[in-house]
Amino acid sequence: MKPMMSRESIFNAVLLLALLAAPYIALQMDEPFYVSLATRVAILALAGVGLNIALGFGGMVSFGHAAFFGVGGYVAGILSQHAFNYEPLISWPVTIEGTNQMLVIWPVALVVCALLALAIGSIALRTSGVYFIMITLAFAQMIYYFAISWPAYGGEDGLSIYVRNGFPGVNTMNPMSFFLICYAVLIVCLVLSMLVRDSRFGAALQVARQNEVRLASTGIAPFKIRLVAFVISAAITGLAGALYADLNRFVSPSSLSWHMSGEIMVFVILGGVGRLFGPVAGAALFIVFEFYLGGVTEHWQLFLGLVLLCVVLFARGGLIGLVAGRARHG
Amino acid sequence: MDLALLTEQLLNGVQFGVMLFLMAAGLTLVFGVMGLINLAHGSLYMIGAFFCATVATATGSFWLGLIASLAGAAAAGAIIEIAVIRRLYDRDHLDQVLATFALILIFSEGTRWVFGSFPLYLDIPEVLQGAVALPGGSQYPVYRLAIIIVGLAIAFGLYLLISRTRLGMRIRAGESDREMIAALGVDIRNLYTVVFALGAALAGFAGAMVGALQSVQVGMGEPVLILAFVVIVIGGIGSIKGALIGSILVGVVDTMGRFLLPEFFELFMPPSQANSVGSALASMAIYILMALILALRPQGLFAARA
Repeated sequence: MKPMMSRESIFNAVLLLALLAAPYIALQMDEPFYVSLATRVAILALAGVGLNIALGFGGMVSFGHAAFFGVGGYVAGILSQHAFNYEPLISWPVTIEGTNQMLVIWPVALVVCALLALAIGSIALRTSGVYFIMITLAFAQMIYYFAISWPAYGGEDGLSIYVRNGFPGVNTMNPMSFFLICYAVLIVCLVLSMLVRDSRFGAALQVARQNEVRLASTGIAPFKIRLVAFVISAAITGLAGALYADLNRFVSPSSLSWHMSGEIMVFVILGGVGRLFGPVAGAALFIVFEFYLGGVTEHWQLFLGLVLLCVVLFARGGLIGLVAGRARHG
Repeated sequence: MDLALLTEQLLNGVQFGVMLFLMAAGLTLVFGVMGLINLAHGSLYMIGAFFCATVATATGSFWLGLIASLAGAAAAGAIIEIAVIRRLYDRDHLDQVLATFALILIFSEGTRWVFGSFPLYLDIPEVLQGAVALPGGSQYPVYRLAIIIVGLAIAFGLYLLISRTRLGMRIRAGESDREMIAALGVDIRNLYTVVFALGAALAGFAGAMVGALQSVQVGMGEPVLILAFVVIVIGGIGSIKGALIGSILVGVVDTMGRFLLPEFFELFMPPSQANSVGSALASMAIYILMALILALRPQGLFAARA
């Protein structure tokens, strides 16, 4: 008999409620800055939720998820720039206009990142282990350098979004409304990620991580399972990128850099690899850390490094592992 | 486009490749012998450059600085091997990536704390200033030529070390079967520390040499690190020969791509457009090269490990 709620589920519920409550309390305290901090947590957690599907469930150590995060951001930036300037994106053979509607931008970001992941994944997943890590890294670097040297969309300087993209019936320039949009997207993707994990597909994906031969012997090709998971993972991270661009109203090549890939990975690890809510806990911890330590010393990254080192060496389950104990499955 | 310019660019490519080799050799050795993926290798490169710049400024001698870079990077390598890296050999690659990513954060921020964000400058020693005439009629800096020669000499020395000495024999044995060599009475822990320190010294040396061409600053190791990864992936992880050939290939393709691609596109495009298309493609060239090689040979050109 399973207990009604495990310690992990209680922790998850508290975490979600705390993230929702934080901006309201901030508004009560007249500290609107904390609202955007909470929005950052929600968006970065979303990027981590994406990576967690590949890394946590599928065991694919992608060191290039910044590619999808950044490309998602550029989709938002480029579409809204064209809409802002009333220039069509393509005028031949058909005219495609830019747009400033999130409901159009999101699907485009999802599709573009999914296609990109399909291309990268079908090459990278031919390899495994260290090769996979380095190839995903190299593909991300390729896109990073492309963004830097391609002058049409700002090159090294990045691309500004002058007016935050719109959502029907909502004033997105209001920080609280924008936070709620991001929070809702996070919840939807968390549910999606839970459905993926608990589906037959998710079971196959986890077996692909644990024992590839066994999966193959049941007649399921591990490559296809992994590729599909990689694509889903990339699409969610790309969506997070689009939201992040809207949050900052700016997108630059630094969102494509390998440092970003490392950070997304850190969210997943700090929270706990393979845990559904791991990325949420990790991103929250990261932002709290950045904010408070960043206030104390400008060299906060040194301490972040020390904490990360300790987590990797001594507390492998991450934050959720500390709270809820070891995962039942390896 | 004349021959002299082409020769000059080709030499630049080789020089870049040789520097990459010094980085890639350490990375590939560490991976081949210990099975460890070390992202902090770029930090060792940076540490070498900072040691060189500090000592050279204090004593006025570039040569002392160069020795300091070797010693300092080797010492830093030995310390992090004993303190951190040693605990990672039995872990999976994810843990190794994260722990060494943490080391990068620590080293970069620590260096910024000590030295500040402003770059330091290293002067090229007087003996190596000036230029020599190339057969095509152009001038080529002596220092860059010296880097090529020193780099190739080190590559040869490394080859002798690995294939002719007792240490090299142990390294090769460690590569093929670490339990067996430990059972035969070799102190495998010390061997690992020595190999790691050796790789660190090479990286530090490369950092010092390049530091005199560019500037010495925090984060200088990261672009080189990623290129070194590309090199060892192309060459086959664990193979020194693969690292050498991969380095030269990457160095030349990158340098020549930046030089030739814009000119190539100018043949059928307006110059400004050709320049942006050419330079965008050139910056991606080595990654495309890598993807091509891996699509054809997923284990790299000279795979050392099955």
